[in-house]
Amino acid sequence: MRDALRELLRNRELLYMITWREIRIRYKQSVMGLLWAVLMPIIITSAGVMVRIVASKVSGRPITGADIGGIGVKALPWAFFVSALKFGTTSLTGNSSLVTKIKFPRLVFPMSSVLTSLFDMAIAIPVLVFLLPFAGAQWSVTMLWVPLLLLLMILFTAGLCILFSAANLFFRDIKYLVEVVLTFAIFFTPVLYDARLAGQWRWVLMLNPIAPILDGLDGSIVRHQQPDLVWLAYSMGISIFLFWGGVVFFRRLEPRFAESV
Amino acid sequence: MSEHSLRLNHVFKRFRRGERHDSLRDLIPSLVKRAVSRDRERALAAEEFWVLNDISFELKKGETLGIIGHNGAGKSTMLKHLSGIMEPTRGNIEVNGRLSALIEVGAGFHPDLTGRENVFLNGVILGMSRAEVKRKFDEIVEFAGLEEFIDTPVKRYSSGMFARLGFSVAAHLEPDILVIDEVLSVGDFAFQRKGLEKMRAIAKSGATVIFVSHNLQAVAEFCQRGILLEKGRVIADGPTDQVVRRYLDTASIHEDRPARGPVRIAKTAIRGVDGQTGRFAAGQKARVSVTLDAIAATEKVAVVIDVFNTEFYEVFNTSSERLGCPPLSLAAGERATCDFDVELNLGPGTYYLGVYLYRYDVEREYDHVFPATSFVVTTDRDTRGSANLYPAVARFESAAPLALVRAVGN
Repeated sequence: MRDALRELLRNRELLYMITWREIRIRYKQSVMGLLWAVLMPIIITSAGVMVRIVASKVSGRPITGADIGGIGVKALPWAFFVSALKFGTTSLTGNSSLVTKIKFPRLVFPMSSVLTSLFDMAIAIPVLVFLLPFAGAQWSVTMLWVPLLLLLMILFTAGLCILFSAANLFFRDIKYLVEVVLTFAIFFTPVLYDARLAGQWRWVLMLNPIAPILDGLDGSIVRHQQPDLVWLAYSMGISIFLFWGGVVFFRRLEPRFAESV
Repeated sequence: MSEHSLRLNHVFKRFRRGERHDSLRDLIPSLVKRAVSRDRERALAAEEFWVLNDISFELKKGETLGIIGHNGAGKSTMLKHLSGIMEPTRGNIEVNGRLSALIEVGAGFHPDLTGRENVFLNGVILGMSRAEVKRKFDEIVEFAGLEEFIDTPVKRYSSGMFARLGFSVAAHLEPDILVIDEVLSVGDFAFQRKGLEKMRAIAKSGATVIFVSHNLQAVAEFCQRGILLEKGRVIADGPTDQVVRRYLDTASIHEDRPARGPVRIAKTAIRGVDGQTGRFAAGQKARVSVTLDAIAATEKVAVVIDVFNTEFYEVFNTSSERLGCPPLSLAAGERATCDFDVELNLGPGTYYLGVYLYRYDVEREYDHVFPATSFVVTTDRDTRGSANLYPAVARFESAAPLALVRAVGN
């Protein structure tokens, strides 16, 4: 594990260049340019607002600015997660010519997918920060939780990317599996809705390791509440374990990549 | 620092033939199979084979080594082991110093990025730091001769320009050990020469160079030492000249291939009138012998031979039928031989001979082998190209001053 990280650090220029290539290509090819980065969160947020409007008609409870702000806050990391995982899963198979022709730490590929998606998120964040006050959000001390929550989100995403990129190299149908699961995962994850809506069944939703992180972000930014520490610790444990396990798994299979791709 | 720069100790590599399980759908059956068969380390299951079989050798600093062998002898696998892309099943490889492998030019190039962007990307991928690329940037671009097009996306490059830029980046790596694949066969003739010159300069600067190529002439020209691989084993190791000769001497036997049709090419050989093989002088007479075995009854077989140069450009093609010889019908188990007499009016270089068995009236291909065998043509005159026009300079002299010629003419 420590070797892997040290190797990654030694090859940081490579990681930088591969990420730079991805970003460059993505924005060169799309007519919309940087708008691309905000498009996905906007669509997710709109869908969420839609869901909320319907829900409020049924329950008779009016929608508040905080509801919409909360959806926006959760939409960004969710968009990051989905795009990173989608690109990450195919990052090794998509670069097969590099994998079979040149020697360097392959961990660079899934990691660059994460960094590329992180770049998209970084572009969208200022837009969100600009819009949040209109939804009634204000500065508060609880926002100090945000860096930790984002870090966990990144760790969890990176772990899955590393795991799936290697798995997809050996079993090409993993890619389809990931795509199908990602399409419907938004219904199982409290992005568009709030986990507390489930009442006593909230804990089932919170078993999804992303749920406590998203809930924590919503709470600390919009509702000025501390994250639920028990669930946060649970998420943290899973994220760290997943990242560690992913790297170990990846490193063990790495020597066989070139002949299997 | 120790004297050797590379050492292979009993390197083995196992490959599996046939279908691979590469989807979850197939995982379960393969897991069951794996559980049933134990002791996978030493023994080879039926569908497995050693693609590298007990390979040991040592390279001194500054040595130039050429690795040759027929297709499927294990050359590419060997390269991938040397460059660290694959790991041996057994044995180990010691590398002493910075090793760069040039297995494919322009790996990692992206068509949408400009030449400049790709130089940086490719340089870092190949192991340079960005500062290093920056320092050598002008030199790289100049070597490729692409100063004008460096800010154009490489998708607008011709394949020659693409290859030149890729090669140029790789040629500026300054490694201690350089492993080169076919990459020298890129670009036009002038650039190939330039590339070979560059390689020579790298070797002269004290780097160890390993060169794998189909181009026997380039190997012979460039390397002091040669290794001949066959079926994953080193069968010859010594001065390149001797090893190349040994390679060319082996009449190609194809009997162990699985049959593709009712008749199979068993053996191909090309011999001079006095029986020599492998190396011929331009213009010499030679005989191409093809032996074929009928596995089942076969009707109307004709034999086609063709000759390719090292760029795999077809320079000659003929067939028994087109030369006026009627096709042969064979009974099961029957063996036939077809001999062609040829004159090797070829330019200097390495040539490959391909053999086809064909039925003309229904246009059916029974079998083909390429390359069935190869040979080298030498000439005492310095010419280039596949054709030989046997040139001699008849006259090249200065006559009278031009003004005088005109004056006299008037």
